[in-house]
Amino acid sequence: MVARMSFPIITTAVLLLLLAAPLGLPGQAQWQQAGALCCVFFWGLFRPASMPPLAVFLLGVLADLLDYAPMGLTVLTFLLAYGLALRWRRGLTRLGFLLDWFAFISVAVASSALEWAATSLLSFHFLPVGDALLEAGIAIGLYPLLAIGLTRAHQTIADPDRA
Amino acid sequence: MIRLSIPFRQALSKLTLPVLIAGAFGLLLLGKADTVVMQRARMALADVLAPVYGLLSEPLSSVRNGVDNVRHLLTLYEDNARLRQENERLRQWQAAAQALDVENAALKANLHWIPDPAPSYMTAHVVADAGGIYARAVLLSIGPGTPVVKGQVALDDRGLVGRVTELGSRSARVMLITDISSRVPVVLENSRAHAVLVGNNGARPRLMFWPEGSPPVEGERVTTSAEANAFPAGLPVGVVHYTSGKVAELVPYAQLDRLEMVRLFDYGMRGVLPPEATSSKPSSEVKK
Repeated sequence: MVARMSFPIITTAVLLLLLAAPLGLPGQAQWQQAGALCCVFFWGLFRPASMPPLAVFLLGVLADLLDYAPMGLTVLTFLLAYGLALRWRRGLTRLGFLLDWFAFISVAVASSALEWAATSLLSFHFLPVGDALLEAGIAIGLYPLLAIGLTRAHQTIADPDRA
Repeated sequence: MIRLSIPFRQALSKLTLPVLIAGAFGLLLLGKADTVVMQRARMALADVLAPVYGLLSEPLSSVRNGVDNVRHLLTLYEDNARLRQENERLRQWQAAAQALDVENAALKANLHWIPDPAPSYMTAHVVADAGGIYARAVLLSIGPGTPVVKGQVALDDRGLVGRVTELGSRSARVMLITDISSRVPVVLENSRAHAVLVGNNGARPRLMFWPEGSPPVEGERVTTSAEANAFPAGLPVGVVHYTSGKVAELVPYAQLDRLEMVRLFDYGMRGVLPPEATSSKPSSEVKK
């Protein structure tokens, strides 16, 4: 039961740690942030009970520590994405995957824009926009792929009712 | 685990989210106000992860080498022809270099030249990318007790990589010359004009602030300058390249996108103090 309940949190944390490893992927930092954002949004939408706000906060802290971003910024974007997922969940979970994805696209674009603007402001540099666009692009492309895997997990191993 | 009723849990989650968002703002402020605490937290995590990633990096790099080998097999014929040509050219350069070396030694002997002391260095594995989305840095794994200090200069086998900016007990973070906050005083080798190499988070940092009348020339070699006492003079950095928009960029010698090992040199340069030292004594010695 506890193992099934904690599946979303643990897989997201493992994903963060794994994508901080020296894999040599191009744009790996973007993959890391985007992957975790997909997970946070997905679980916020489909099983918020297994991804409580405090876990989202801690995952954000972990991402910030690994990513050398301004401390607290990823925490903020994760929490906002999660909050939107919670707010939209009643409508979206009924409307089918394509609309989930459209909702996620707006979340990914908004969170990349927020991160870019805040990092620029906090570092007093006009940072290259390309990095932010790449992050949003990766998140948008990755979401359907991750959602396939996570939906299966959601119905099987992460389902506390099966315990 | 405490079992709560569903409406109560929903009410609680409605309350916790705004509180946690406020907490995130608090963290942002704290991170900006007290950079030392955040740096310590980061390096503490890096100290835990660096040995693990160090173990991981060996099989990963052997996989990468395997892929490279296959790719090289496919281009064997062209590579061979190119290398033969390059060898021919290098042989000519070798003859020239040997002649110049002898001449240089003779001139130095005549001038009673005092040779620079050979700097000591140590080699460290690059275990992870430590840049994130908006920075360019790498994480090194260092043994406990290794005498690494902030400000040490990192080079790979070809040229300048960057400087040690953060230090843990088992790891060190090196900010690359391509990072957006990196500024390296450089010398254009032909004109001996000084310039500043400004990182832009891209693969090619920009050259700026050269004196009027001696602009960088396409293909010119660029080395470090001892200005500002942050780097020793004469370390190879890269060659000048102009973009189609006539912007002077630098193609670094160092293979910054595939760093596996770097050498850390201690030249005793403390011209640019690390943030901890500047925050503890806000004196005029730092600012010019």
